[in-house]
Amino acid sequence: MSGATPKSPRVLAISSGGGHWVQLLRLRPAFEGCRVTYASVRRSQASSVPGHRFHTFPDATRWSKVGLVRMAVKVAWIVVRERPDVVISTGAAPGYFAIRLARLLGARTIWLDSVANVRELSMTGRAVGKHAHLWLTQWPELARPEGPHYHGSVL
Amino acid sequence: MIFVTVGAQMPFDRLVLAVDLWARGRGRHDVYAQIGDAGATPTHIAWTRFLEPPEFERRVRECHAIVAHAGMGSILTALEHEKPILVMPRRGALRETRNDHQVDTAERLAATGKVHVAMDEHALPHALDDLLAHPTAQRIGPHASHDLITAVRGFITKGNA
Repeated sequence: MSGATPKSPRVLAISSGGGHWVQLLRLRPAFEGCRVTYASVRRSQASSVPGHRFHTFPDATRWSKVGLVRMAVKVAWIVVRERPDVVISTGAAPGYFAIRLARLLGARTIWLDSVANVRELSMTGRAVGKHAHLWLTQWPELARPEGPHYHGSVL
Repeated sequence: MIFVTVGAQMPFDRLVLAVDLWARGRGRHDVYAQIGDAGATPTHIAWTRFLEPPEFERRVRECHAIVAHAGMGSILTALEHEKPILVMPRRGALRETRNDHQVDTAERLAATGKVHVAMDEHALPHALDDLLAHPTAQRIGPHASHDLITAVRGFITKGNA
């Protein structure tokens, strides 16, 4: 748990499965000394983050309205329950929900657009970026003065 | 073992069936594919629909080469384990994903030698032969770039990037 104390920042690191999750895991050194809770779609992913709290939410694609509502409800429950100081997401829809709600509750928020978005930002990234306190892209060509900003990549 | 994966979210029949055909033509019995929900089933190669993440990682660790859609989960996991990987991008126009971002990813990462690319199912057999003849692979460390870690860490601890 790398020296986290009761006064350490509470971080909620949340993403979909697959590539978003692999990218989130590659940021772990940035969370050292924090109390980190992870959230993603499958219980088995908890084995990648031993010693940390882990929540799951139902997966959904952008084409399933019912699925997205169920996801949003569970993500909201996780945010309210964890009351993070900082929320960080690498995508996609669950990060959107978590960042919008957590910000209303006073958290500081980070959106890292996926490294897969080489030529243009993700649709979710464009929608949530201006709501994130720190809005990052992983490709320098996509950086703009008003955000997203470029500070390196997961590669 | 050659490990084929289409990621967890959607099937990718063009890739799976092209590898199946290739394996039959070459008489290969050492191909294992994760084909996604509702995808067409191969007749020659071994397959499963879904792998839990720990099992997925074990398959990557134990294989000689990977054939995958151009998704970052597959690509990053291959590079972390220094495995040769051939990717074929999903196409938005074929409704294999929402747009052509996998084409961009594949082209960009191939330019730096991180992945081998077959742009479509017609290019795949030759590209796969090539990959096995010259199984080059890059390794990346377990973490994001130093700059990115520093930026995120700085924001979390001091409130600025």
